[in-house]
Amino acid sequence: MISRETIHATAFELNRLAAIQIPGDARQAVGRMYKRETNKISKYVLGQILENYRIAVDEQRPMCADTGLPRFYVKVGNEAAVEGGMVALEGAIRQATAEATAAIPIRPNRVHPISRHDYNNNVGVHAPTVDYSFEPNVGWLELTAVHKGGLFGGDYRMLFPADGIPGLKRFFLDCISEFFRRGMSCQPLVVGIGIGGTKDTCVRLAKEAGCLRIVGDRNPEPEIAALEEELLQLGNSTGFGVMGLPGDGAIMDVHIEIAYAHTGGMPVAIQHFCFAHRRMSARIEGDGSVHYREDPGWFTPFYRRDSVGFEELEEQEA
Amino acid sequence: MTGVNDLRMRQWQLRTPLSEEDIGRLQIGDIVFLDGCLFTGREGFYHRLFDLGEAPPVDLPTISNVTFHCSPAVNETSPGVYHIPAVSATASFRFDKYLPLLFEQHGVRAVIGKGGMQPEVYQEVFRKYKAVYLTTVGYGLGAMYGRGIQKVKEVYWKDELGLAQAVWVLEVEKFGPFLVECDPSGQSLFALANEEINQTFEGLYTELPQPKLKRLGEVTSPGKEVL
Repeated sequence: MISRETIHATAFELNRLAAIQIPGDARQAVGRMYKRETNKISKYVLGQILENYRIAVDEQRPMCADTGLPRFYVKVGNEAAVEGGMVALEGAIRQATAEATAAIPIRPNRVHPISRHDYNNNVGVHAPTVDYSFEPNVGWLELTAVHKGGLFGGDYRMLFPADGIPGLKRFFLDCISEFFRRGMSCQPLVVGIGIGGTKDTCVRLAKEAGCLRIVGDRNPEPEIAALEEELLQLGNSTGFGVMGLPGDGAIMDVHIEIAYAHTGGMPVAIQHFCFAHRRMSARIEGDGSVHYREDPGWFTPFYRRDSVGFEELEEQEA
Repeated sequence: MTGVNDLRMRQWQLRTPLSEEDIGRLQIGDIVFLDGCLFTGREGFYHRLFDLGEAPPVDLPTISNVTFHCSPAVNETSPGVYHIPAVSATASFRFDKYLPLLFEQHGVRAVIGKGGMQPEVYQEVFRKYKAVYLTTVGYGLGAMYGRGIQKVKEVYWKDELGLAQAVWVLEVEKFGPFLVECDPSGQSLFALANEEINQTFEGLYTELPQPKLKRLGEVTSPGKEVL
């Protein structure tokens, strides 16, 4: 049985780690860009970004004061037993978010969308956002905290099969044109792209692709992996560096996820996950032990399943 | 013609309130650190001051002629005592219509923020008042900027606007770095950058067809900036 208190303590610690300590994959990607950059102001800015990563950890300060909209992704093992059930789990996450907001501190960004009322704790209606997925044959819980800004750097477009990959490329470049100027997307960043599904599914997948896969990871479908590489190269040949200044590129990686779409449509969503790349994950085993790690491990073969039955995948993973 | 790579990136450490002479020396691409005092403000502050016509919570020129578009991450260490470990800017273009009043009525001469404003605002407003726009670097360098904050001197409108929107009066030391985005002649670093980048960027579209479904508000010319 996994206790409510273990979930609460883990969720608090994930918020703290996410806010302060940028994962190694993103840090190293920015480091490589710094070394490569030949434009002097862009290089200066990249150097300051690396310095800020260091100060945040050394002095235990939030690395960016816009701590975004704190949210959680929860993967629940099919055999996991949680004290108080899923309602208690979400309650523990809400409590941990409110406490972390005051203690770390995380800026209380969440307000009522019309009255603008702020409880000053990042909790409210549908806040923090918690998304769930499931995994067969295991008894653990995996929690990932993501703090991502929410004002700029993403869009949705209903494309059609006739638009195809050229249409996707145009949309990809349009998002760069819209959000790289002046550095509104806080590049360097990871681009997450969701293709297919319903409108809401592709927006969700774009967010997950951007936030829950590490730099260098490739989609298991070879055609999609090749498209990721092609878009990465295209996006880094635009002339844009950091802050919308001339530079040798500002994209750390491109991650694409797909969902089966309406036969007449090809909806696409794009999300930019900035260099304030705040995510941290932990697995809570059935015995209550907690292991923190930087790779969310969200996209399992089971999560990307395409079969009618799950038995084969379940056996594979077991 | 000068390109972004030709800018001199001179470093300045200046004390607030900024003198006309100090501001007059600044050029786009220069790097600035500040000592002294400044106040923050964003949607709530501008709305109360200029849409509702309320008096400011304090005579602003007595504090500083520098304002900062941001919200801090803040904790209340004991009742009424605040500590700000990190601060990051918010996008400034949303507040451009209020700036003539802020400059004219409240003596502000330097705006710190994220992303700058449209070149026309610089030409029409900043040049007139010999004001500068200083952009934060990066932008999410919360820890680095937090380090420059020595003390929260005062907070106004906290109950009315909440922690994120309140007006924070900050005592700062070696607060920066900021890049001069608009200098007193009204030149813009981002406008210069856009001009350069468009020469490469627009070429990438030559082989790509327009989407089958057109929409209102879409970017139809990639070289044109939409703010």
